[in-house]
Amino acid sequence: MGAPPGTLLRARPAGATWQTPPVRAALFVPCYVDQLWPGAAMSAVRVLEAHGVEVVFPEDQTCCGQPMANAGLAAAAEPLARRFLEVFGGFDAVVCPSGSCTSMVRNHYDPFLAGAPGFDRLKARTYELCEFLVDVLGFRGAQGRFPHKVALHQSCHGLRELGLGVESESTRPKSNKVDGLLRTLGGIELVPLARADECCGFGGTFAVGEEAVSVLMGKDRIADHEQAGAEIVTGTDVSCLIHLRSLAQRDRKPLKFMHVAEVLAEALP
Amino acid sequence: MSSLPVFQGGHPEAAARFVENEPRTHWHDQSLWFVREKRDRAASLVPDWEALRDAAAGIRAHVRGRLPELLEEFERNAVARGAKVHWAADAGEHNEIVHRILAERGVTRLVKSKSMLTEECGLNPYLEARGIEVVDTDLGERIVQLRHEPPSHIIFPAIHLKREEIGELFHEKLSTPAGLSDPTKLTEAARGHLRQRFLRAQAGLTGVNFAVAETGGVVVCTNEGNADMGTSLPPVHIACMGVEKIVPSLEHLAVLIRLLARSATGQPVTSYTSHFHGPMPGGELHIVVVDNGRSRLLADPAVRGLLACIRCGACLNTCPVYRRSGGYSYGWVVPGPIGSALAAARDPASHATLPFASTLCGSCDAVCPVRIPIHDTLLGERRTLAARGLIAPGKRLGLALVGLLLRSRASYEAAGGLLRFALKWFPRFLLYGPWNVWGRRRELPAPPVESFRQTWRRTRGPLPSPAPRGKGSPGTSAGGSPRG
Repeated sequence: MGAPPGTLLRARPAGATWQTPPVRAALFVPCYVDQLWPGAAMSAVRVLEAHGVEVVFPEDQTCCGQPMANAGLAAAAEPLARRFLEVFGGFDAVVCPSGSCTSMVRNHYDPFLAGAPGFDRLKARTYELCEFLVDVLGFRGAQGRFPHKVALHQSCHGLRELGLGVESESTRPKSNKVDGLLRTLGGIELVPLARADECCGFGGTFAVGEEAVSVLMGKDRIADHEQAGAEIVTGTDVSCLIHLRSLAQRDRKPLKFMHVAEVLAEALP
Repeated sequence: MSSLPVFQGGHPEAAARFVENEPRTHWHDQSLWFVREKRDRAASLVPDWEALRDAAAGIRAHVRGRLPELLEEFERNAVARGAKVHWAADAGEHNEIVHRILAERGVTRLVKSKSMLTEECGLNPYLEARGIEVVDTDLGERIVQLRHEPPSHIIFPAIHLKREEIGELFHEKLSTPAGLSDPTKLTEAARGHLRQRFLRAQAGLTGVNFAVAETGGVVVCTNEGNADMGTSLPPVHIACMGVEKIVPSLEHLAVLIRLLARSATGQPVTSYTSHFHGPMPGGELHIVVVDNGRSRLLADPAVRGLLACIRCGACLNTCPVYRRSGGYSYGWVVPGPIGSALAAARDPASHATLPFASTLCGSCDAVCPVRIPIHDTLLGERRTLAARGLIAPGKRLGLALVGLLLRSRASYEAAGGLLRFALKWFPRFLLYGPWNVWGRRRELPAPPVESFRQTWRRTRGPLPSPAPRGKGSPGTSAGGSPRG
């Protein structure tokens, strides 16, 4: 009994079969992904559907409220948090191609929604895309070919708030769900960075409020990706990728930027 | 003399001035990253490092919960060992007490080892204005003191200076040969210079890393032995500590000592970990215990966790913002993530930009040996600033407007369409006007033809919803079938 064609490599618990009941997931598409990098969300749909997930897109969704919340503007963020709960509260699983927005729901909605009916359930059932593939669907690697030199930019909130991987500061054994998915693609060469998980300097309003430091942080990340010999920079978060791409474009760097969903989708046989 | 440099605007302005010299900023960044990597290696050599951090966090939480009893226990035991314990409610009282001790004994020459608390209290200028010569004896501290600057880092006070600059300073102040910048030779020169000060001093003042309630002893960690020299030669030792420095027993101290030097510099232990239990024979030991706002922090659940800090500086070394903006950009005695959080907790109005001097990357939390949730505290402080009307009006109103647009699907979609239209059709001079801070050194994203939801609607639906729209409804469902 082999895996169905074109699927991710799935590690099964003993006794499990491939004929698991279809999973239904609501796609949470962050506002800036929707408007500025829709390919990341489309690719997430392709990857999920290729593995038998029924994808639902609740069209009433707008934004999780992170920009306002991170600026401290609780009054502006709270209605958006309530709206998010209304739109997504009824689903068994909510999947999002962004670590930062997922973390907003899971780790930062408490000041707005603590005690609201359905909130704890929503928190427990909102997943970043790679996390969903690994933790819920049980994939231990991705199938397909992606013959490129790729560097993985670790976005901070996915890494340190969601625990998509073990951060470089920690002494725990190193592991990383995103890296684990990419590593099994045929032909891929994942190049190591000098600083494995330094912040790109986007930081939401930080990018504008602290422009000087933000720009230098971004340029330093780009230099690290360049010295590593990366052809493509990928990551879980479009926000970081837009920041890095915008700097690379201004400086006419040949680096290419793809969301991790785009890499996984393009690799699909 | 240790007052902070004149500080125009807030952190962003000061940081921008620091970043202007990009090679120097990279040098500063690399120096601190080197320490961060040393810390990583040192931590990785300790089995159960993460469990040790858990234990330390527990000890510090326990201390917060029992602070009054532990302080009284400490006082009883310290007094029983012959020390004199003084209580200071604030910086002013602290300075008066220290001055009174010195004045009563006719002391005019004081040597100090490193103490961030005395920096916080502004002790040096206070004493100097009263005719007392104060010599900082930690090498880095002495360097910044000779330059009439405050420390730019709580562990490496002169980390912002290159050795050539120190060579020039020593040439001018200590008469070393012009052009000498060899670190060993400069250190030797400083040692000779300081030795004279130690021998002449009539009293020595130290900070306190930990005070042990059970024994009544205070513990001072240094690498240069200057605290020991400064307390062994003169007959009077004054030790100044914040109320939060208490640990219950030596057993608890051991946990924190194992974490401190590894987190601070990557050393397994500081060269000197000196325990002072009572005065030396024929001498005096005065312990000045200072509150200076700490009780107020303790009373506020949102920020009381900050009192766990053991001033290792690991969060400074790992902070990508601190490394690229320098200690002075924070405009407060303790810079970096923990300094931002402490400053804004104490006085939000005066430090309104500091909670925003962070990308909230969380690296500070990940290195903190006592697991202070620094970045969450900074986020909470942003809410406090907003609640007190301390967010710049432009930012507040702009984001509030965006928030309003996002509250309905129709206005969100219209705004998104307008944004993509503008990005596509507006001429560059309009898009990249002076109002576009993002676009000064970055490109704006090229807009896609369609948003995700437009593509979704065009290719998938809208299909009839299985359930009526509204509260609790999953909305438009259009999945399930393979595409095409």
